[in-house]
Amino acid sequence: MLDTAFFYAFALLVLGGALLTITQRNAVHSAIWLIVSLIGVAGLFLLQKAEFLFAVQIILYVGGIMVLFLFVIMLVNLDEAARERQFRGRWWVALGCLALVAAETAYFVIKGRDAFRFAPRPETPASPLGNTEQLADVLFSTYLLPFELASVLLLVAIVGSVVMAKKRI
Amino acid sequence: MHPVTPSHYLALSVALLLIGTAGVLVRRNLVIVLMSLELILNAVNINLVTFSQYYQHTHGQIFAIFVITVAVAEAALGLGILIALFRNKPTVQADEIDLLKW
Amino acid sequence: MNFLDLIWLIPLFPLAGAAMMLMLGRNLDPQPASEVALAPGLEHTHEDHGHDHGHGHSHGHGQSHDHGHGHGHAASPLRFLIGWICPGMVLLSFLFSAGAVLQLAGTESKAHEVVLFRWIAGLPFHLADGRLAAFGADWGFLLDPLSSVMALVVTGIGFLIHVYSIGYMGHESGYYRFFGYLNLFVFFMLMLVLANNYLLLFVGWEGVGLCSYLLIGFYFHKKSAGDAGNKAFIVNRIGDAGFILGMLLLFSVAGSLSFGEVRRALAGMHPEVAQFGVLSAAALLLFIGATGKSAQFPLFVWLPDAMEGPTPVSALIHAATMVTAGVYMVARSADLYILTPQTSALVAVVGALTAILAASIGLVQNDIKRVLAYSTVSQLGYMVLALGVGAYWVAVFHLYTHAFFKALLFLGSGSVIHAMSGEQDMRRMGGLKDKIPITYRTMLVGSIAIAGIPGLAGFFSKDEILWQVWSSPLGSKALWAVGLVTAGMTAFYMWRLMAMTFFGASRADAHTQEHIHESPAAMTVPLIVLAVGSALGGWIGVPKLWAAFPESFRLFEHWLAPMFPGVHGEHAAHHDTSVEWLLMGLSVAVAVGGIALARHFYQVRPDLPDRVAASAGPLYRTLYNKWYLDDIYAFLFIDGLCKKGGQAMGRFDLGVVDGGVNGAGWLTRVSSALSIWWDTWIIDGAVRLTSFLVRVGSYPVRLIHNGQFQTYALYVVAGVLLFLTYYVARS
Repeated sequence: MLDTAFFYAFALLVLGGALLTITQRNAVHSAIWLIVSLIGVAGLFLLQKAEFLFAVQIILYVGGIMVLFLFVIMLVNLDEAARERQFRGRWWVALGCLALVAAETAYFVIKGRDAFRFAPRPETPASPLGNTEQLADVLFSTYLLPFELASVLLLVAIVGSVVMAKKRI
Repeated sequence: MHPVTPSHYLALSVALLLIGTAGVLVRRNLVIVLMSLELILNAVNINLVTFSQYYQHTHGQIFAIFVITVAVAEAALGLGILIALFRNKPTVQADEIDLLKW
Repeated sequence: MNFLDLIWLIPLFPLAGAAMMLMLGRNLDPQPASEVALAPGLEHTHEDHGHDHGHGHSHGHGQSHDHGHGHGHAASPLRFLIGWICPGMVLLSFLFSAGAVLQLAGTESKAHEVVLFRWIAGLPFHLADGRLAAFGADWGFLLDPLSSVMALVVTGIGFLIHVYSIGYMGHESGYYRFFGYLNLFVFFMLMLVLANNYLLLFVGWEGVGLCSYLLIGFYFHKKSAGDAGNKAFIVNRIGDAGFILGMLLLFSVAGSLSFGEVRRALAGMHPEVAQFGVLSAAALLLFIGATGKSAQFPLFVWLPDAMEGPTPVSALIHAATMVTAGVYMVARSADLYILTPQTSALVAVVGALTAILAASIGLVQNDIKRVLAYSTVSQLGYMVLALGVGAYWVAVFHLYTHAFFKALLFLGSGSVIHAMSGEQDMRRMGGLKDKIPITYRTMLVGSIAIAGIPGLAGFFSKDEILWQVWSSPLGSKALWAVGLVTAGMTAFYMWRLMAMTFFGASRADAHTQEHIHESPAAMTVPLIVLAVGSALGGWIGVPKLWAAFPESFRLFEHWLAPMFPGVHGEHAAHHDTSVEWLLMGLSVAVAVGGIALARHFYQVRPDLPDRVAASAGPLYRTLYNKWYLDDIYAFLFIDGLCKKGGQAMGRFDLGVVDGGVNGAGWLTRVSSALSIWWDTWIIDGAVRLTSFLVRVGSYPVRLIHNGQFQTYALYVVAGVLLFLTYYVARS
């Protein structure tokens, strides 16, 4: 019961925040609503017992990326942008397409409701370890290579952003 | 009320994806487009974590970690490009940046 | 010494003489550059001469002789050697010939053949009728009665003329060259008469033609001499073409060209009476060769022009020897002509026509040598007429007597010209009788002989011809009449010549008259010898009619009898002798009448000739212009065939051949233009069309790139939508 309520609450945060993100005129407002949406997502993670991700989401996404966004919004003076029109010409084309996609997806889901089966859940006992420990176990053994590659990726991103920021390269 | 099944999460994920896509396609402000891109990524993360929890394994969450990593890198670089663009032509409106055309 | 086996030496003596002249001549007789063969009438460019040398130039007609060319240049002391070497060689030939003939008389078969080597050896092949034959010829010499007569005439008369030339050409430049050519001529003529096959005969035939050209054009600085030489050679060549064809046809029939084998092959054949077959064609073609060489109608036009050469040349070549080569050849081929009566008839007609035509032209000519030239043509016509009616030995007899008196007349005329300082026009002569008595008397003998006065040589041969023409089955009364009229004309023009030259008052100018002198001994002695020959030479051919004379006086006929076994000359003896006496009387009367008429015209009434000429204007002009034959030939052949033909060929070459080539070029250009158009518009067009279509087709497509990434993202979404729609539609 509580789970259901929390779910709907967090869902509301996510979707509402998202909607508001994409419709605000002021970029800062958009950013704030994005933060709200992200926090909702974090909550959802927590509901799914993915505690580490919850933490990472908050720290990285909200604390890192959104701050970055806000900095950039500050750097890029968006006052005149706020005064111009916000949506593209013929925005309804995109919306229409997306609406169709949504409709067709819904059609499939509803039509194949009975045919759709999740694969059976494995009956594995719950691990005594915590979520973070489990993740660490797997990350540093099975997924060691992607982990290292991810670090290289971040290195590249660092170098790239430094290069991008320079006035004269 | 029905209990919350993974299907609910998936439907939520789809909705978030669609909203994010709408934002990318419709907004003129580049910063907001980038933010919409983050929405899309988050939708994917929700999907991944849902299945991770359903099947009681960590693969989904690991993947989600990496998605976040990539999102971080991409956001940083994207904003860097934005700033570089802004230096060139002091605008953040997407449809004013169309030099690479026919 | 067996002269018979040495007959191959006979031609070699004069050849040696000619070779010596070729190699040593210039040393013996050095030629100052300004005087090489300078023809009279051409001025010397360098030296100035006194009167003494001028008389060679002051008269325009000094064509064949020039006086006093010494010009004070020291003649080489060795020059006289030339006069000993060359005549000496001919004398050697004469002695060897005489010896051989005497030895021949002692043999049984009266024919001796000496083959030196196989000259041309051909591979055997099949003739048209299947027989096997090989085209070959020996370098072989045959001495039989016919060739013996010819050899003696050639060498004897040739020797006398060589001696004469020592005097006549004594002061000429080109002395050694003249004797060299003359010796060369004798060599070729002897090859001709002594050959034992047609091919070797033809070698001599061509060779004498060459020497004739060289000697006619001896004064090569004069254009007229060069032209005359060309004319002689070219007209001769026309005959030679016929000769070669006839020779080859004869070979195809007989399988060989050797005289003996031809005789054997022809002996077994039937006469071609009904149709005109291969034998008749061969005979006709050979006769065409004789027409060219022996100056018959229509190929006689070269002989009068040949008088451009020095007078000894005219005497030797164009009177006594070369022109008789045709007669000799036909006589040699008698077996062939006996088998082809149609061709023989044609031969007789041509001979008669030539005789009367040439005599008519000779009536009105004013150049002394021209008259004699036409007289030669006319007498050759007599010989050919005799051949045509089958009287072969008579033709050879006339050849022999004619050699004497014609050579005499020519040499005499040379003596006259020499005396008149180069003058040749009879209208400017006259009154020479007492001034050059030896010349006069010898020429008188010659004139009477040619006219046919009984007792001298010409009478016997000419009368025999006329009798044979009347009586032979191949002859006819009409031909006899032509021969008679010609005899009258002959007597007339000869006496005309004598009258204009020797009688009456002198019509020459004073300067020339001063210098009239008798010729030196080198010239007069041959004249005397020839005069004796003209007088007495005929007595070996006395007619059978004069039965009082024993057979030894008919030596000539008996000597030649073995040559012509098929001739039916014996049947004529059954004729009525009174007819023969009548005809003989007629011919004598005509001769005497001709002389009397000429005497009347030119001695008694000298004004008559001009009045007759004026009243018979057109006829006189036609005769004077040689029946316009030269003009006809010039119009037909030189203008028509050569010039117009050449122009036509030129037009053909330019229009058709070059046109073809140009046309090919034009075609190439046109086709290449077509190619270019095709390549540019179709081939390249196809390629360009492709690129054009791509460009045109891509133009709307590239408008998709509007540079806005949100549009591109929309395309992605649209793609997804499409997929979904597809599956929705499918479900």
